[in-house]
Amino acid sequence: MLLSDVTIIDATDRLGWLAGRVLADLGADVIKLEAPGIDRSRPEWRAFNVNKRILELDLQGSADRTRLEDLLRAADICLLTPAPSDCGPCLDPSALRRDYPRLVVVAIRPFGGIGPRKDWKATDIELMAAGGAMALAGEPDGMPMRVSEPQSYGWAGAHAAIGALVALSRRDATGRGDLVDVSAQASVISALSHAPAFVDLLGIEPTRAGAFMTGRSIKGARYRVFWPCRDGYINFIFYGGVAGRRTNEQLVAWMRECGAELGPLAAIDWKTWDPTKADQSEVDAIEAPVAKFFARLTKREFLTEGHRREMLGYPVATVADIASDPQLEAREFFQTVAGSAERFCGSFAVIDRTRPSLRHHPDALFAAAASPARPCSKAPAGGES
Amino acid sequence: MSAVAQALAGIKVLEFGGYAAGPHIGKVLANFGARTIHMESKERPDGFRIQYPPFKDNRPGYNRSGCFAFFNDSKYSVTVDLKKAAGIALARRMAQWCDLIIENMRPGVMERLGLGFAALSQLNPRLVMLSTCNMGQTGPRADQPGFGSQLSALAGVCELTGVPGGPPMLLYGPYIDYIASLLGTSAALAGVIRSRRTGKGTLIDLSQYECGLVFMGAAMREFFASGRVPERCGNDDPVAVPHGAYECSDGAWVALSCWSDAGFAALARTLGDEKLASDARFAAAPARRANSEALAAIISAWTAERTAEAAAVALQAAGVAAYPVVTMAGLFSDPQLRARRQFRVRRHPEMGDHAYCYPGFDLAEAPGDIVGPAPCVGADNDFVFRDLIGLTQTEYDAYRKQGVFD
Repeated sequence: MLLSDVTIIDATDRLGWLAGRVLADLGADVIKLEAPGIDRSRPEWRAFNVNKRILELDLQGSADRTRLEDLLRAADICLLTPAPSDCGPCLDPSALRRDYPRLVVVAIRPFGGIGPRKDWKATDIELMAAGGAMALAGEPDGMPMRVSEPQSYGWAGAHAAIGALVALSRRDATGRGDLVDVSAQASVISALSHAPAFVDLLGIEPTRAGAFMTGRSIKGARYRVFWPCRDGYINFIFYGGVAGRRTNEQLVAWMRECGAELGPLAAIDWKTWDPTKADQSEVDAIEAPVAKFFARLTKREFLTEGHRREMLGYPVATVADIASDPQLEAREFFQTVAGSAERFCGSFAVIDRTRPSLRHHPDALFAAAASPARPCSKAPAGGES
Repeated sequence: MSAVAQALAGIKVLEFGGYAAGPHIGKVLANFGARTIHMESKERPDGFRIQYPPFKDNRPGYNRSGCFAFFNDSKYSVTVDLKKAAGIALARRMAQWCDLIIENMRPGVMERLGLGFAALSQLNPRLVMLSTCNMGQTGPRADQPGFGSQLSALAGVCELTGVPGGPPMLLYGPYIDYIASLLGTSAALAGVIRSRRTGKGTLIDLSQYECGLVFMGAAMREFFASGRVPERCGNDDPVAVPHGAYECSDGAWVALSCWSDAGFAALARTLGDEKLASDARFAAAPARRANSEALAAIISAWTAERTAEAAAVALQAAGVAAYPVVTMAGLFSDPQLRARRQFRVRRHPEMGDHAYCYPGFDLAEAPGDIVGPAPCVGADNDFVFRDLIGLTQTEYDAYRKQGVFD
């Protein structure tokens, strides 16, 4: 394991859970601190705290504070999500830096540790708004939208994990720890791709994407992106260029083989067809037979045949589709922990041709972990057996 | 380079490929002092240089792309024609120099070029190589091409964006690519840290699809536990109510949420109507959810009388989580982001002064920086090949005569 000699104390809340999970997946020994009796049954808690060892500590008590100090002395990294009101002396980032000079302290906050709004409150929706992501999701003239599944905590955790390792790398060279200041707001900007560059270079404000692709036709035509099919939606776009040409040719060939009505598609030479020059009536005319064809397909049929034909486009997958995807099955992406049937997203990277196993069940307490991790309670009832 | 970053000083990175998923990794490392070389060729430059706007003054050109610049600041650019045997030989020599190779070609391409991990690690046993692609290097669909923007659909994110009963919605750009590039940055750093500690190299196989699913981990966990398939729900939240975005007097929007009845009481006071907190329609969360349209109308009437900025300031003063929905222009004027110097202007040889985006974190003792602007194509051939790789003048001239730098 890449980080098998790295020990991490993880004292984060939801904003920072992913950071420790990422580092645990890379092999670090992550000890997750929790208050005694906390509810560990929630799916989100379990998803992002699996592969860590759980240690319940009451930091109001001196014995547990001493135990924490012992752990910090031996640790390489401490992950925190400090709030102004509840840091306490044990887990104050500045105090940790002072008391443990070799420790890398990572403080993850909604708006970071500096600036006029460093103490502002925010949850996922405010962070997605503050980082610009909501301005780019939703119908162009409608309400800004967030993804229904929280994303900002992921962006913050991903940046925090990098920050931890940048500082650890420096510590290896210099012997000195550091304080890593993570802003979730700033982290969300990674979700925007290069949209800010339009403002900076051209003074153009990108609009929300909605359910159609706009801005590609000089005649103002909009292209359909999501197509109803038998069991949901397909994501397919008429692209130009080399990749688009092959996809469009293959789609028409597939429709022809199935005896589907082609309409104006039959006469188009995709080598010369240019999506930037189509007007709305032309786009509507070529999309109509495709809509009828896609309506007959299932998402899995589109995925399988589209792959065989090297076409661009994917089904709009639900979690159920994802759970049964043969590609993920072949790569053993979903994993259990030894001794339990509970399934999780596995480690995110395959290292030296092997996906690292999940080592610690989220019910495995640190005190019992001298022997291989074992769950101390039953997996939640439900679809797993 | 016009600035200095030290935390990763001494780490040498070589990039093959282009677009977002690979180069974004090298950019973040370069922002903290890694020496990062972006390899392309004049015949086949990075696709971001030519295929996507914006271009400076709307005039396309290899060195005028804002899209390329956004993910390639602080790096060096070299041109090597990998269709020529001498180009491959030079690339192999560079692999002996570097600590980390990042590549995002289609699976198998590096091996066909003689630049696969097995071959290069023979030359440099300490080498870390990170290969990132849509589906990963193995599996029945490993060879499937695709764009990161469409991968958002396969990874479940589009399904969960939009209003109930409406179609799924797009996210901007190749959303999943950036999840993969950030997780990949951690994996690459972990590999380099171990390599430096033990002398052992490593091969990291990163599937962008799988990385996207990491952000969906809770939904997947819930499905495995209960069989529940979540649906898009607009801006609603299963716990917080109200929880949404509201239009303001300046045409901007403010996002806000209340996570408890006490939190709602604070909102009610800010709205100037304390009685709302004891109103049977709104006092408890289930009642607020049942009367959400009426509640939204009340909140919208209040926000319609003030700017998004003023609304957020007033709500935060009362302890209510709130923030304006920041536009792309707003990112450059947001007081918090400005205080963090989130966007930093550097002078590009052809594009002039323009802004680059800094990562979402910084180190107190060893801060990073936008070390320099994005490089013009092949701008650093002389420096990299002679000063870093150590080619003699004779060798350099021989490569040039063979057209390797074209």
